[in-house]
Amino acid sequence: MWQALRTELAPKGVEVVTVALDTGGADAAGPFIAAAAPDHPSLIDEAHVSAERFGFVNVPNAVWIDEDGMIVRPSHPAHVKVSKLREIEVTPDMGYLGEMLTELQKFQVDAATYLEAMRDWVEHGADSRWALSPEQVVEASRPRPREHAEAAAAFELGQHLHRAGHRDDAVAWFKRAHELHPENWTYKRQAWTFVTTPEGQPSDLIQADNDVYGTSWLDEVRRLGPETYYEPFG
Amino acid sequence: MLLTSTTTDPAAFEDATGWALKPEGACRAELCVPLPDEVRVDGGVDAIVLADRLGMPVLRDDTHGVTALGPSTVVGRALESAVAPELELPDADGNPFRLSSLHGRKVLLVAWASW
Repeated sequence: MWQALRTELAPKGVEVVTVALDTGGADAAGPFIAAAAPDHPSLIDEAHVSAERFGFVNVPNAVWIDEDGMIVRPSHPAHVKVSKLREIEVTPDMGYLGEMLTELQKFQVDAATYLEAMRDWVEHGADSRWALSPEQVVEASRPRPREHAEAAAAFELGQHLHRAGHRDDAVAWFKRAHELHPENWTYKRQAWTFVTTPEGQPSDLIQADNDVYGTSWLDEVRRLGPETYYEPFG
Repeated sequence: MLLTSTTTDPAAFEDATGWALKPEGACRAELCVPLPDEVRVDGGVDAIVLADRLGMPVLRDDTHGVTALGPSTVVGRALESAVAPELELPDADGNPFRLSSLHGRKVLLVAWASW
């Protein structure tokens, strides 16, 4: 998906850089990168450093950076393709998966507008109506109240302890991060994966209810509202 | 930023937080926050004093003796400046890559995950 966009935009002076927010590192993200066989830099961010620095709260999230190293669009949901999951007709016999699809299909995703905006910026640079001034970029970046900054510190402690092998001790810090910044889906989905995924399996797209966190992707989407999962691009 | 001591090296603090210590204070791009004299201690700078001035929460795990500083809240937004923060990360083969190496090109930086 990103490789196709890179192929289109590279001749116009654009580079695509992907960052995998994966505490599991190359073991978790590597097979996906190998399958995509990208020409562009494909980085692995075990500590979620990029999320803290750029304000990523879900995936896919992106920022646009101009030739002078200035951000012209702060972190935003980035969809360049309509997921096939949105086109599946949900039927009663689908059970739990059907319930997930019903909520997923309520997400605010407009890949056509996003692609049009990006191409316009690539063509017109600072004159594009989608490129923001430095003041607008700061103002349009996500709010960071004290509790969100504390959530980031708690998540960092959780990750550190998890990676150091203190998995049970990490859970309390992950829970604290989830409570302090509930709209941050990377904190939740990353931590849930550690308890919902069998050993050696990095990916769990269902993320059902579990004893450790007592909640699930579906419960949380319903609690926060599916319309908040991705902010509209505009 | 993770700490095992309240005293840290200014260069390490800048690498981890993006805030550089200069004569005028702690600076990130065009923004500078004045610092009290007591921030400078034997062997480096006092990270707790720095955190306080930059609005960084401090959380400590006593069992494992590690402290985490959260990001700054002085601006109250995820970005304090439109200047792109530096980012150095490995690729899948372990080779380091610096975002600033793409200066002169437009960049679409995309976060994704296996989960």
